[in-house]
Amino acid sequence: MIAFIIRRLLASIPTLLAVLTLVFLLVRVVPGDPAIAILGDRATPETLAALRAELGLDRWIGAQYFDFLGHAILGDLGTSMVTHRPVWTEIAEALPHTIVLTLAAMAIGCLIGIPAGVWAALNRNGPVDVLTRLLSLLGLSFPVFVSGIFLLIVFALQLHLFPVIGNPRPGDWIDGLHKLVLPAVTLGVVMAAYVVRVTRSSMLQVLGEDYIRTARAKGVPRRAIIWRHGLSNALIPVVTVVGLYVGILIGNSVLTEIVFNRPGLGKVIVSALTKRDYTMLQGMMVIYCFLIVVVNLITDISYGFIDPRVKQ
Amino acid sequence: MTDVALSEPRSSWRVMAGRLLSDPVTLAGVILCAIVLAGALLAPWLAPRDPLEQNIIDRLAGPGSEYLLGTDQFGRDVLSRLLWGARISLLVSFLSIASAVVVGGAIGMVSGYIGGRFDLVTMQVMDVLLSFPSLILGMIMVALLGSSVTNLIIAISLTAIAPFARIARAPVLVIKERAFIEAGRALGFSHLRILLVHVLPNIVTDLLVMGTLWMATAVRTEASLSFIGLGVKPPTPTWGGMMRDGFENILDSAWLCIWPGLAILVLVLGLNLVGDGLCDVTDPKANAQ
Repeated sequence: MIAFIIRRLLASIPTLLAVLTLVFLLVRVVPGDPAIAILGDRATPETLAALRAELGLDRWIGAQYFDFLGHAILGDLGTSMVTHRPVWTEIAEALPHTIVLTLAAMAIGCLIGIPAGVWAALNRNGPVDVLTRLLSLLGLSFPVFVSGIFLLIVFALQLHLFPVIGNPRPGDWIDGLHKLVLPAVTLGVVMAAYVVRVTRSSMLQVLGEDYIRTARAKGVPRRAIIWRHGLSNALIPVVTVVGLYVGILIGNSVLTEIVFNRPGLGKVIVSALTKRDYTMLQGMMVIYCFLIVVVNLITDISYGFIDPRVKQ
Repeated sequence: MTDVALSEPRSSWRVMAGRLLSDPVTLAGVILCAIVLAGALLAPWLAPRDPLEQNIIDRLAGPGSEYLLGTDQFGRDVLSRLLWGARISLLVSFLSIASAVVVGGAIGMVSGYIGGRFDLVTMQVMDVLLSFPSLILGMIMVALLGSSVTNLIIAISLTAIAPFARIARAPVLVIKERAFIEAGRALGFSHLRILLVHVLPNIVTDLLVMGTLWMATAVRTEASLSFIGLGVKPPTPTWGGMMRDGFENILDSAWLCIWPGLAILVLVLGLNLVGDGLCDVTDPKANAQ
């Protein structure tokens, strides 16, 4: 297993290097002078030149690239052009909030999605199946900021069950949990819609296999056939989708954090975008991609636990 | 003669459309999309007022006989803004996905056809693009390029190029080994002709099906970017922008969020239903059952 993890870690190095290169190019290839974008059209040539020198934009692009790469590999993402604090510090303060929200949403997505998908597969073409298909399509059709606002209107403004603002009081974990419910449900429901569809189709495929028929013929209880023989074999595509969905979840968490006014990476990136904080944006892109690479790694490792054949 | 034999028979499109419309769920999707399309096309005639006309006296008026869906914080008619906003949603999502299909499809086709190292490097670049969360990539691109309809289309299409390159490449790897492609080469056809006349017709269905599903994603992305404040600049009405304005007045005028939210939902659901139906119709496994 350790050899497998090391092999996978080594394989992700070229991807990370490519990501860093793309991040560097994206910020620089785009037309327009970042110095003008930051200072505005009315800035004097002297101030523009000073800012270009401060950002290192006056140097040869190759030198800028290797400088950026070297610092990024050492974990130094630079200093924010607006707050003048290290980018990493700003991100580290916000990251735990986003991770908690993402994990809670993943839990909700899987806890609703997997049983509902199994249920739909067992009742193929029946009313439960049709209802699940329609509900999952409805879930997929909601942009998270729309479902978030709708939930806010119903559960916070009309029923007063949850607070309108989701910024938790530090140290008070009950308050934190209470304020996490609506944002996590907002994100989790959309994820459940994805998980339902994959679990259903994967289960249908597995339930048609010969070994399931053999198990039935041997008189294995229905419950054991569904959960032990069926679901455990149908889980690989589900795990793949959950892993892939984390990318969407991280993107969507930005909108959820704005709607519920929660701290997190979403607020940091929106503030960086509106203030044209290029170093912050660069750092955020690196962190987002790093998170996705880590999630892909975890997904690959989890295959080994679900299906022992993968390890070989 | 070869050209006719190598591409799918034209009648299969009619058969597909017939099968598509016979499924009630897909038909519901077609109707939902048609409603939004009709609203967008007929906006100048259907909209009761000018979407930009401000009536400060009537600001935040609730839905009623004078303003069917109410007014916003500037006293602008919500129904008229909704109808005109449909144009932006449809225009941006259609053009961004159309360009992603063309660019991504071309990259995937050429990459798969040439193969070897070129294919390896191209797909590596596509995988890196795929590893960015698409909404974040869209946000950053719009922020760097500046917000305008054209830049919005570029940013959204960039987020969708990689998936289309992957979708186009996979079947090309199989098709290029088939006898009819070899026959084309033996007859001295140019690579461009082989790609456009003999390979493209075989992957165009896959691209169109995925295009429909991705158009739903593009509508969501456009609305999300407008909601963040990175979409088409105000006062042009957009559904995401209307939700953003409504969100600021959510405590006393929640309907300002509800109408554009429902409009987005109707269009995305319609596109998803049609895309789902198209997937079923074009999937040989589903057809066999």
